[in-house]
Amino acid sequence: MKSAIPIAIIAAIVLLGSGIGLLAGSRRKMDLEQWTVGGRGFGLILVWLLMAGEVYTTFAFLGASGWAYSRGAPALYILAYITLGYVVSFFILPPIWEMGHKFSLQTQSDFFETRYQSKALAALVSLSGVAFLIPYLEIQITGLGIIAQISSFDRIGRAPAMIIAVALVAAFVFAGGIRAVAWVSILKDALMIFAALAVGIGVPYIYFGGIRPMFSTLAHTRPAHLVMPGATAHMGHAWYISTVLLTSLGFYMWPHTFAAAFTARSAAVLRRNAIVMPLYTLSLTFIFFTGFTALLVIPGLSNGDLALFTLVRKAFPNWFLGLIGGAGALTAMVPAAILLLTAATLFAKNVYRPLFAPTMSESQIARLARAMVIVLSLLTLYFAIYSSTTLVSLLLLGYAGVTQFFPGIVLGLYSNRVTKSAVFAGLLTGLLSACVLILSNHDPFLGVNAGFLALCLNLTVTFAFIRVYSWRKKPSQTVDSGKASFDA
Amino acid sequence: MPEKPSVRAVLLGALPFLGMCFSVPLWDRIDPMVLGMPFNLFWLVLWIPVSSLCLWMAYRVDRHRR
Repeated sequence: MKSAIPIAIIAAIVLLGSGIGLLAGSRRKMDLEQWTVGGRGFGLILVWLLMAGEVYTTFAFLGASGWAYSRGAPALYILAYITLGYVVSFFILPPIWEMGHKFSLQTQSDFFETRYQSKALAALVSLSGVAFLIPYLEIQITGLGIIAQISSFDRIGRAPAMIIAVALVAAFVFAGGIRAVAWVSILKDALMIFAALAVGIGVPYIYFGGIRPMFSTLAHTRPAHLVMPGATAHMGHAWYISTVLLTSLGFYMWPHTFAAAFTARSAAVLRRNAIVMPLYTLSLTFIFFTGFTALLVIPGLSNGDLALFTLVRKAFPNWFLGLIGGAGALTAMVPAAILLLTAATLFAKNVYRPLFAPTMSESQIARLARAMVIVLSLLTLYFAIYSSTTLVSLLLLGYAGVTQFFPGIVLGLYSNRVTKSAVFAGLLTGLLSACVLILSNHDPFLGVNAGFLALCLNLTVTFAFIRVYSWRKKPSQTVDSGKASFDA
Repeated sequence: MPEKPSVRAVLLGALPFLGMCFSVPLWDRIDPMVLGMPFNLFWLVLWIPVSSLCLWMAYRVDRHRR
């Protein structure tokens, strides 16, 4: 039976990864601080593993090759936005860390609540944050189901694969929190780099004798595929610039990427990490090679996301398929673990406590957050198995949505004139305009990324409110309760 | 308020945005192919280590201030 070997290898990798996760947290007492931000004790290596763990998701594996396969050159935006996202992080994560250290912040919503002294603003940030996290979580689980199905020659169904994986993820998140996630990343990133290099170099070599002849063939047969807008109608240069700007600014605006900053031991760790992180992006180049080769070897797939695994299954022996399948499964499980942890903490600390139980203690929040891991796991499984259209819409909104937090965060760090009403008005404008444009299928709008237009509106409204506020307040000095308490 | 980064550090951080984002019409083409890759892909791959270098220089520039 040809499926036995790949199934055994995938199972071994997944169990080994989960075992590392369960062991990682077992020797520490898991209070909320340890569970969510690793006791703020991560050095360069653990921070690097955590951030690589959350960035290189199934999207890197299935999506990047799928974009190269079905869209062509527009896929290059991925190389640019991830690298530029680290450039942005070099400047904003260290001050975010300083604030976190000073005021014991654990979540993104804690930041808004402390900086602007506004529970309403923090609630808006938490609710929209959770709403964008859940579909992101679901897509990891769906991706895992696809990987398990293809690499087991359809012997493992999507649903059983998803149920087993989610149970394992929930177990190690429950037990070890964020530390478990960073440790599982060791295995995940080692396998991911190996898989990217082996497949990205191997596949063009097998079919064309190398990367150069593969691209030469593609340049002769489909030259339009290799420059923007590629195989798409609207993804030209205006789309590229606006999308790269939106996604690189939004890169660390996701609740889970933002909160990862709090795990670092010092602000300098985050600066050094931002210097080395872009180099990992080089591994994505090899994933692109695979997607472009797939277009020549197996054209006509209805779903580009299947290109990488379909090609690997065709080109390599079964044991190798199992290895790549195991790597793919972990690239879904590690980000899923972080997303679960972040959504559970946000719900317990920033939604449930302020609304229903203001007197909750830290240890009660910790218990509720861990219980939420189980609840959210079940919810995600339900969505992944009975896929929902609402969720697809929310996913489309994800990046455009979280990037609307950007003005509130960056102005909150560097400006003492910004007020909570300005941020609130800007954020609402941004979220609503992104919803209207994207959900009515107007993305891109006139060739420009709709989320980027929403961000421009957001900034305009925020600055307009700041101007009006400072006129009304003159000549008295800037009186901003949030700022005053923040400097205390 | 945290200390703002210096102008020189911010300019170093703006360089990768020029190289990888705003200048796209200048390098989005197939020829000349370099290292077997179409020129646009090669250009972006080249800018990944260059971006690391820019950040390292920004780190050096601002280090004395901390």
